[in-house]
Amino acid sequence: MKHLLLGDEAIAQGAIDAGLSGVYAYPGTPSTEITEYIQMQNAKGKTGAPVFCRWAANEKTAMEAALGMAYMGKRALVCMKHVGMNVCADAFMNAAITGVNGGLVVVAADDPSMHSSQNEQDSRFYGKFAMIPTIEPSNQQEAYDMTQAAFDLSEKMHTPVLLRVTTRMAHSRAVVETKDAPQAQNTMSLPENVQHFILLPAFAKRNYAELVAAQPEFVRLSETSGHNRYVRGTRPERAIVTCGIAYNYLMEVLHHKDANEWREASVLKITQYPLPETMISRMVEDGAKEIMVIEEGQPVVEELMRGMVPSDVKVTGRLTGELPRMGELSPDCVRKALGLKELSTPEADKIVVGRPPALCQGCGHRDMYAALNEVAREYPQPRIFGDIGCYTLGALSPFHAIHACVEMGASVTMAKGAADAGQHPAIAVIGDSTFTHSGMTGLLDCVNSNANVVVLISDNLTTGMTGGQDSAGTGRLEQICYGVGVEKEHVRVVVPLPKNMEEIKQVLREEIDYNGTSVVIARRECIQTLKRHLKQAKK
Amino acid sequence: MKKNIILAGVGGQGILSIATVIGEAALAEGLYLKQAEVHGMSQRGGDVQSNLRLSSDPIMSDLIEKGDADLIISLEPMEALRYVSYLAPDGWIVTSSVPFVNIPNYPEIEDVLSHVKAFQNHVLLDVETLAKEAGAPQQAANMVLLGAAIPMLGIDHDKMIAGVQRVFARKGEAVVATNVAAVEVGYKYAKEKMQGGK
Repeated sequence: MKHLLLGDEAIAQGAIDAGLSGVYAYPGTPSTEITEYIQMQNAKGKTGAPVFCRWAANEKTAMEAALGMAYMGKRALVCMKHVGMNVCADAFMNAAITGVNGGLVVVAADDPSMHSSQNEQDSRFYGKFAMIPTIEPSNQQEAYDMTQAAFDLSEKMHTPVLLRVTTRMAHSRAVVETKDAPQAQNTMSLPENVQHFILLPAFAKRNYAELVAAQPEFVRLSETSGHNRYVRGTRPERAIVTCGIAYNYLMEVLHHKDANEWREASVLKITQYPLPETMISRMVEDGAKEIMVIEEGQPVVEELMRGMVPSDVKVTGRLTGELPRMGELSPDCVRKALGLKELSTPEADKIVVGRPPALCQGCGHRDMYAALNEVAREYPQPRIFGDIGCYTLGALSPFHAIHACVEMGASVTMAKGAADAGQHPAIAVIGDSTFTHSGMTGLLDCVNSNANVVVLISDNLTTGMTGGQDSAGTGRLEQICYGVGVEKEHVRVVVPLPKNMEEIKQVLREEIDYNGTSVVIARRECIQTLKRHLKQAKK
Repeated sequence: MKKNIILAGVGGQGILSIATVIGEAALAEGLYLKQAEVHGMSQRGGDVQSNLRLSSDPIMSDLIEKGDADLIISLEPMEALRYVSYLAPDGWIVTSSVPFVNIPNYPEIEDVLSHVKAFQNHVLLDVETLAKEAGAPQQAANMVLLGAAIPMLGIDHDKMIAGVQRVFARKGEAVVATNVAAVEVGYKYAKEKMQGGK
């Protein structure tokens, strides 16, 4: 069957067709659509047997639950954006030591150029760090095919497999040829050797030795799987190595007449790691004197290649300046790297000004910030620690409301650290979903030392920035705060609407002036999900 | 046949619905297609674009090279200008003339429109008024714009209309009819402008 699918959807369909039993994920651009697609297909009854597909509280809980499902012999998928890999790193690294029973595929969607992210870390480092096979498809069809192959590889080698994509792969659509029906899910089965999953030092040492011993086989599989391809050029003294979607940009540029000369270079297309060592040796034996590495993300392969080829072979790419050191690739920068002239084009129009994203009109975060800003101005040195979500846009005009934003949950604990240092008022602004993702544990730290902070939970009843997914604590935020130990009279709830401005300001003042840990919940539904719900209600 | 199209606008304006209809018609024609979209933070009222590529041969890159775009279709005039450095020398700009002002430093609209008009190959139209004239709701303004781009798409008018009908079919006959009317009024406007000389 043929379907027009986003890269993310192709991964999802590949997983479904590979007999997936559960997907575990926390929303994050550009990975969100994988889980959403599986949820949609599951709701339509198109996954064969039902697939577990409820959102997890964070990436760590997702990874652990997936490992549990793989322990029971079933196939599990974990999806996240690149920075989610940091959140689940403990579980991820140790899953490489336990190995798996059923197939376990971990999808990390990287965001070079930081379209919707705070850094552009390259998840291939995690694959190498954990010493497990990593797959990096170059197009939507490969994303579909390789997801299935990744599950087979995972089960065959008893290892988790990392599947890395970047924004353009995740969010670009093309036609994908799929199977007619999903393969049957695995039946439940216990691991053959339970000691594999008990990481006491004595067992862990044995497991780790096995993982180390498996490395040559992982390399051999990279060379024989058919996913990596070496084509000797007619002038093989020049060679190009491409990783993932970089291959497409190279081929696009080579289409043009002025690239004739480069069409004679050798090309090594990489979509599976660890690097295929014998293919690289062959490229050198064929006479490669200069090897250009074109890869999306950080110069992972470029660095590795330098240690793999003789010293008289020049390795070029992002580190040597032919390609930009940071940011995502484009056919334009590949064209430049090959030394070709830019295509002729009108000059950029200077009349155009930037149009940054902004909070929606009518959004509750706006009213929350309006009140908070007014109250904060009453103090000589307010500090407001922000967090990750739509409300991070409070940093921009017209609010300029926050003084920090680092990673999920940091608002609460940074405010605590600032309060510990003597800052007053120290205020955290965090969304409901981010609070349950990573803010709750920080709140416990605050309670334990009765830190003088106000944690303002801007509760829009959803995970808004990624498009309105279920939020893990909806309807239970007060109970969570009580349970963590915040005193009942210092858990306050307000409705962020212009008409309630005076009341909200008064509540904020009272809680700022209280010397201890307090929580103010500003609760009003996200305007986008509200519109959607009203539309559904009409039908 | 090969068409590289940049769809532009402001988050929430509905550029992806235009892409959906073109994609539907292109696939029915047996063409290859790649479409890179913007999801995430920019969708909150920021500038958004989509690279849509159609070809009778397999397509490699998901992104269009600078200087290789045949057509910019934009729901907002300044957003059309944002991508002119992608336009091929003989490329077309088809854009709504209605500014979307959600920033304090939006340039003078007359200047923006005169910059669009400086391109020999342009169609500039008030999609909102034309939608009204066609008896279509404001949400169908993007279909007026799509209609105006049909002459440059390399896909027949009738096949595009069939694409519109299939995409909106599940919403009922009335919705199909207003969207087709919106496409037709845009198409007619562009045709007249092209025949009337520049």
